[in-house]
Amino acid sequence: MTSPATTSPPSGRARLAPALLWAAGAALVAYAFVAGGYLVTVLGFAALYAIFVTGLNFFMGYTGQVSFGQNAFAAIGGYTSAVLTTAYNWPVFAAMPLGIGAAALLALAIGYPTLRLRGHYLAMATLALGMIVQEIAVQWDRVTMGYTGIAAIPPLGAFGRELPNERAQLAALLAALALAVWVASRLKHSRLGHALAAIAGSEDAARALGIDVARYKLIAFVVAAVYAAFAGSMFAHFVGFVSPEVFGLHMVVLGFTMLYVGGIGTVYGPLVGALIISLLPETFRGFKEFQDLAYGAALIVILIYAPKGLASLARLWTRRGAAPDAAAAATAGTSRGDAGAAR
Amino acid sequence: MSLLSIEGVTQRFGGLTAVDSVSCAIAPGTISAIIGPNGAGKTTLFNLISGFQKPVAGRIVFDGHDITGMAPHRIAARGLVRTFQLVQLFPDLTAAQNVEAGCHLRGSGGLWAALARTASARRELADAAATARELLAFVGLQARADLPATALTYGQQRLLEVARALAAAPRLLLLDEPAAGLNALETDHLARTLDAIVARGVTVLLIEHDMSLVMRVASRIVVLDFGRRIAEGTPEEVQRDPAVLEAYLGGVDLAAGGGSAHA
Repeated sequence: MTSPATTSPPSGRARLAPALLWAAGAALVAYAFVAGGYLVTVLGFAALYAIFVTGLNFFMGYTGQVSFGQNAFAAIGGYTSAVLTTAYNWPVFAAMPLGIGAAALLALAIGYPTLRLRGHYLAMATLALGMIVQEIAVQWDRVTMGYTGIAAIPPLGAFGRELPNERAQLAALLAALALAVWVASRLKHSRLGHALAAIAGSEDAARALGIDVARYKLIAFVVAAVYAAFAGSMFAHFVGFVSPEVFGLHMVVLGFTMLYVGGIGTVYGPLVGALIISLLPETFRGFKEFQDLAYGAALIVILIYAPKGLASLARLWTRRGAAPDAAAAATAGTSRGDAGAAR
Repeated sequence: MSLLSIEGVTQRFGGLTAVDSVSCAIAPGTISAIIGPNGAGKTTLFNLISGFQKPVAGRIVFDGHDITGMAPHRIAARGLVRTFQLVQLFPDLTAAQNVEAGCHLRGSGGLWAALARTASARRELADAAATARELLAFVGLQARADLPATALTYGQQRLLEVARALAAAPRLLLLDEPAAGLNALETDHLARTLDAIVARGVTVLLIEHDMSLVMRVASRIVVLDFGRRIAEGTPEEVQRDPAVLEAYLGGVDLAAGGGSAHA
């Protein structure tokens, strides 16, 4: 590393990669709106998960913490919406904020003591949280209907009107997703976001630079919970049904897969991950009994060739095109840095 | 009137007394150094001063305020900022972003300022970016600003950590072995940078094994051995002190590279 390598301003090629991705995404959504049917449902799930994973990314990617319990907050959002709109006839847009508020309060109460824990201990505590909330959903059957779940949840709508069909619902979900990504991007590129990045990089260094690590971790945890509850509530109204299994460990595994496949720590990684992971099983449907095998193999291939996620591929490609020296230097430096960090 | 005064500070780990009733005072506008063989308690003393550990006895007074046992981020907010013996950069960020993140104490915006992207929040970001460029130029890393921190050489990483610490607007800067792993050229550059830091109005206290650097920049030296202060004075006084000679030449540390091996 002796040659002075500075990054160039974005070239035509650098703008092309994200533009192509956006075009592909837009084309897919447009096709879904025209064709309708099952693809609308798949994209709806992808949008819901993209919101959920954007929140997860806030806590895990931006802040460098681990939570296996975000499904707990999704369950609180989902069940609050389900119970209030079915048993008490609340309007959707009254139930949703209440569920999100409840999740935020729980995140505050749980996060305050547990965020003092580091690494694996925090992960274990959050795993327990997810299991406890799921157990409550099972046992408190007077309210939650236990394993049966709550059905006939009204679809999204406002002022007494429901959105007429699934396409309109998808449009609402995409608008919600756009809002979620916009908020995440704003928070990332701010003094708050810088503080979270510092904590992700080195908690000790962050402390030494005057960052109140416990406070900022708590903020990130609550924001992630708000995202999860928002996704959970939207899920209830989109699908019309909630049950303990819906918000089970499966949700955590899927969220993690999307986060890592898409690209942890990036604003658009959760979007890419949610879309790819939602579409992959459908793509391999023709493989019949080998569907799961093909899905697993595809995941492995992605994680081998894009260990930092698919969203990082676009950056790599543009960097290679724009400044080959800088890319080479960065790669060499990264591997050395990793070796140095392993102590 | 001293900027930092350490009064009988003691730290024990089980049966080991790592820092044993150490007292010293740091005058503002100076470069002071803490030296001593490996395991003398230098880094532990830094941890106590910066709040990363709480002493079992003694008092630490910074700028007239008792900061003993205060949380590290509160001590930093008072203007006492440290670096680490093992470089603690933010590896996923570029050099400039590292320094921008270090500008935390210069701003005040929280969640709502970030969401609404208020005028003051935008100004804070722009100021942090400008501060980062200025501080990188100050330590001579302006050409590396947009490289990942991990792509920098070890010596550059050390300088980056100094620039990032300066971003926190310290009045007292604690540097833990800033010259470790630097070649002669880089050490020379560091020495000039240290003088320039003092010229900016920042007082410097450093732990250092490189005796040529210490003798060149420090006006006052505290010598620790087995957790106790065995000498304090100007470089000339310390070099002649029999207790210091005993600690450095009498033990095994010379061979281990703790003493003049770097010089």
